[in-house]
Amino acid sequence: MAVKVLIPTPLQKLTQNQATLQCEGGTIVELLDSLEQNCPGIKARLCDEQGELRRFVNFYVNNEDIRFLEGANTPLQDGDEVSIIPAIAGG
Amino acid sequence: MTLASVAATPTATFQALKCKECGAEYELKAQHVCEYCFGPLEVAYDFSKLRGRMTREQIQAGPNSIWRYRDFLPVATDNPIDMGTGMTPLLQAKRLARRLGLKHLYIKNDAVNMPTLSFKDRVVSVALTRAQELGFTTVSCASTGNLANSTAAIAARAGLDCCVFIPSDLEAGKVMGTLIYAPTVMAVEGNYDQVNRLCSEVANTHGWGFVNINLRPYYSEGSKTLGYEVAEQLGWELPDHIVAPLASGSLFTKIYKGFREFVDVGLVADKAVRFSGAQAEGCSPIAQAYQEGRDFISPVKPSTIAKSIAIGNPADGVYALDIARKTNGQIESVNDAEIVAGIKLLAETEGIFTETAGGTTIAVLQKLVAAGKIDPDEKTVVYITGNGLKTQEAVQGYVGEPLTIEPKLDSFERALERSRTLERLDWQPVLV
Repeated sequence: MAVKVLIPTPLQKLTQNQATLQCEGGTIVELLDSLEQNCPGIKARLCDEQGELRRFVNFYVNNEDIRFLEGANTPLQDGDEVSIIPAIAGG
Repeated sequence: MTLASVAATPTATFQALKCKECGAEYELKAQHVCEYCFGPLEVAYDFSKLRGRMTREQIQAGPNSIWRYRDFLPVATDNPIDMGTGMTPLLQAKRLARRLGLKHLYIKNDAVNMPTLSFKDRVVSVALTRAQELGFTTVSCASTGNLANSTAAIAARAGLDCCVFIPSDLEAGKVMGTLIYAPTVMAVEGNYDQVNRLCSEVANTHGWGFVNINLRPYYSEGSKTLGYEVAEQLGWELPDHIVAPLASGSLFTKIYKGFREFVDVGLVADKAVRFSGAQAEGCSPIAQAYQEGRDFISPVKPSTIAKSIAIGNPADGVYALDIARKTNGQIESVNDAEIVAGIKLLAETEGIFTETAGGTTIAVLQKLVAAGKIDPDEKTVVYITGNGLKTQEAVQGYVGEPLTIEPKLDSFERALERSRTLERLDWQPVLV
């Protein structure tokens, strides 16, 4: 599945300053492996030592937080847009 | 625009930005997230310069605003933006205490904070002072209303361009209270978490200072002043127990940090303070994690009248959870009807008209006392963070009506008699 990934500023050093990337993957887990192939080192920023998504990283598929979907196993379709967003404070 | 990293002056106490998770250090620029682990960045200080040297008298001789604590805040300038923010009243709440069965209850009343009647003026004063030091000319925020009011007002005062983002369903008072300062206002069709997400994408590209995004390490430090002031106003002593609303969790953690810093530099004696947090049932991800014994937060989709604290994905939730647990505090939630009752109770017993966040906090206080979770002898401080005039919709229909009368004495007498009869009926037990 070809999906568009929006890369947050703190990770753009690993993507040659690209704010968006086209990637392959049937799920978020597969997408992470595909990202790692294109931009070595990026997966370690997003996942902890156990390979779980870090708690301060939010993933959205087409505007929906993956924690409301199937988490890291959320399926991806051709043309989906995946955003990676750091947690934010406010009110 | 290139933004300079403005180093602190040699005498300043703030030294670097430091990741709360992995400890990586960064320059004092506009950045809020660790590049290695995505953890939040926090300002690191060297308080050895103040330890034993900063005196209570020095602080008392300072301005009657948050800037009397300037040495504890992350700004270098001698001329911060000072609109009289902070030093709001700490009132002993005897009538409310008697109603609840407490002996030593205090209200920290930020419903009358300056200039925009919420605690947000504290964080924004710090954030915009720092924004100017970093060279920003446009400031922005994602807001549930109070933060937008504050950012727009203080930006106007400082002569900064301002663009704020709010959910499109906010209370009219909060929208008007932003528009009057003539910023650009984007009303986003979505909830606060969606607004925040959009803003983090805008922050990446426009080179603006977002008070709660790229300026967040500086911004959030402003909430520490709610800890400092309570300690000073209690006669340089910490309370036994505090109750505060929880939205992102930032305020709660910074009150804690404020108390610890005052202990650290020797301004108050050390003491165990219990930290209890209040959420609305319709948006209670931190309370749920607390009740279920989890150490992670599952985000929720908010549905509550307490819009100012309706953050479904709270960034500092895990830290708030941690503080409540380690201080032997509680995190509790209340429903919308209890929130309205809480607003009315505070108004009727103490003459303070708070917004929904304050109603939530009072209702949770009541619930904790009823459950025996607050000892009547504890010196308890409740934080009221916003003003009820901004969320009038919440109590519309629950506060009665004026008695309309003719300009004649007998019309007045009849209406008075009628109102007293109604009052008596209220108090009579009804048999069914």
